[in-house]
Amino acid sequence: MSRHTLSVLVENKPGVLARVASLFSRRGFNIDSLAVGPTEHEDISRMTIVVSVADLPLEQVTKQLNKLVNVLKIVELDPVQSVQRELTLIKVRADAENRSSVLELVTLFRARCVDVASDAVTIEVTGTPDKLQAFIKVLEPYGIKELVQSGMVAIGRGARSITDRSLRALDRTA
Amino acid sequence: MTEQMTGAQALVRALEQVGVDTVFGIPGGAILPAYDPLYDSAKVRHVLVRHEQGAGHAAQGYAQATGKVGVCMATSGPGATNLVTPISDAYMDSVPMVAITGQVVSSSIGTDAFQEADISGITMPITKHNFLITDPEDIPRTIMEAFHIASTGRPGPVLVDISKDALTSTMNFQWPPVMQLPGYRPVTRPHSKQIREAAKLIIEAKRPVLYVGGGVHRAGASAELLEFAELMDIPVVTTLMARGTFPDSHPQHMGMPGMHGSVSAVGALQKSDLLIALGVRFDDRVTGQLSTFAPHAKVIHADIDPAEISKNRYADVPIVGDCKEVLTDLLTAVRGDGRKGDYTEWWKALNAYKQTYPLGYDNFEDGSLAPQYVMERLSELVGPDAIYTAGVGQHQMWAAQFIGYENPGTFINSGGAGTMGFALPAAMGAKMGRPDSVVWAIDGDGCFQMTNQELATCTIEGVPIKVAIINNGNLGMIRQWQRLFYNERFSNSDLQTAQRIPDFVKLAEAYGCVGLRCERPEDVDATIQKAMEINDVPVVIDFVVHQDAMVWPMVAAGTSNDDIKFARDMAPVWDGED
Repeated sequence: MSRHTLSVLVENKPGVLARVASLFSRRGFNIDSLAVGPTEHEDISRMTIVVSVADLPLEQVTKQLNKLVNVLKIVELDPVQSVQRELTLIKVRADAENRSSVLELVTLFRARCVDVASDAVTIEVTGTPDKLQAFIKVLEPYGIKELVQSGMVAIGRGARSITDRSLRALDRTA
Repeated sequence: MTEQMTGAQALVRALEQVGVDTVFGIPGGAILPAYDPLYDSAKVRHVLVRHEQGAGHAAQGYAQATGKVGVCMATSGPGATNLVTPISDAYMDSVPMVAITGQVVSSSIGTDAFQEADISGITMPITKHNFLITDPEDIPRTIMEAFHIASTGRPGPVLVDISKDALTSTMNFQWPPVMQLPGYRPVTRPHSKQIREAAKLIIEAKRPVLYVGGGVHRAGASAELLEFAELMDIPVVTTLMARGTFPDSHPQHMGMPGMHGSVSAVGALQKSDLLIALGVRFDDRVTGQLSTFAPHAKVIHADIDPAEISKNRYADVPIVGDCKEVLTDLLTAVRGDGRKGDYTEWWKALNAYKQTYPLGYDNFEDGSLAPQYVMERLSELVGPDAIYTAGVGQHQMWAAQFIGYENPGTFINSGGAGTMGFALPAAMGAKMGRPDSVVWAIDGDGCFQMTNQELATCTIEGVPIKVAIINNGNLGMIRQWQRLFYNERFSNSDLQTAQRIPDFVKLAEAYGCVGLRCERPEDVDATIQKAMEINDVPVVIDFVVHQDAMVWPMVAAGTSNDDIKFARDMAPVWDGED
């Protein structure tokens, strides 16, 4: 079993997420993380999908994904050759007495405090899953009231773009 | 030049433009606007069926007999869900089909409106692609895209769901539209490096086999296959979906492989050192237990669908491409090389399998009819120019085994999905697609009772098909499994058709067909001949056969092909056991 990060460029159309998600579930894959959003081109959306699988079935799912008419391109991003980030919002118990020590941790982890109430602060932090786990761990003693995490987004390092060719394909049919 | 019209008129116009001549369907509330302009169309003939499942299977039969895209139409909700089985069947067997369904008005979608069903959601995993149209301007382009997707690459079913308001609103019709399918790029040209690799393996192999599937027929490559097989003197097995793609009478034909394949075909695969797998998907019904399938063989796997390659069995040489182009390129490659393998020993072994273990069956001492005998006589008297259809079960296997197919596309059956009730509506569709061909539906008494209402359609629309019901009074294949694997506890497999409930002859007559019955071997020829003389109305023959006839050979589900039995407890002796 290994973790894989797939970047999937899809047409920005209704139902595409359902098509992609159902392919994974049908083959018995659990999606660890999924993020969908717009790209620099309004007709293209990008999904970042993190799955834990053995290599052979991943190839099969990639091939099946490629068969979906709305899927333009699939790229597996190597963790070393790409930047991979998640965003977490955490509401932590913090009153006048311990607020400053919580804020110290926020600084240490290069997180940001985005809301303050009399007995709680809300913190925004981005990073790799490892960093976020470490941050959550140090906050736990204070009492985490609520936590929400985004799916992972990832982009390859260097000057090359994976969207270039797909954009050309779209231009041809426009 | 644009022309103003309703979405419904645009739909009918688009269907005419893509060359549709026949649509099978039933109207209902949501699709009703489309039926109004359809009424006036001089180019599109709408065939009013009795059940939407019949429409779908008829479209499949039409598609497989003509090579064109089959079209079926239904209304929203139950009309659409009744198409689910044929859509799934077309998906499994790669049949080009477009299903058009009405949807409730777009403002009501998602409100559980009357006759609403999320048919695009329901059919997502069983269509090659599907569309939901709510804007009438999208109709012409979507229809063009649907037909393009259904018929190119690996063919398959495409569903187009159109909301009622899109059909009734006004739009500007323009033809041809520009397709917008940036993510759809099927690969048909095989890679030359892979072809060279394949040719090298073929030339070096000692015991090669051409493992030929439905993809070869879909590619229209039977002539290239014959040329290649003869040039290289390589034995051929044809799967259930490829029967007729290589002539049965050809000395290089080893038969059908698989669960009920011939000993020679199964043996050829098991003993082979090189499988040249063309347009196949290593289905479990062919491979048996996968880990012991063709254990000594390297694999060249050519298929137009990259996802099929190395899905079940690792391919040493994967080739993505259309089988016609693959075979053409392979021919060039092996001709260029000039060398040929020496298969003397291989042919000696194969011919011994063929001679020692031919397909056979036992006649019954009580003088009752053996179903296999009916097939043999049909094959002899009707011949290889006819089209045969079958559903699923014993009758299907006997039709695959004992009818001699010489021409591609002459055996149309429900292979992957195994749908009961496929044969009769598929025969209707095939006959409408090829009215000059004789079309026989080989059906079981169980299957027949699932879709026999389409006999009404056949009679009214003037589609004189022949139906041979192999009536053993039971769900025969279920009975066979219960006999072999459930201690002869025949739980719920006896349909009691032997009591003539229903009486198939009377049933046929009630539908305006000619009904015949045959219960003894000596009457078979005369009955078939009588049926062949009637060409103005459909003919239904009730062949009452012995209920205990079994399909042999058999590889029990999940076991190894090596453990094939050619009769109960009778295993072949392979020579040169290794």
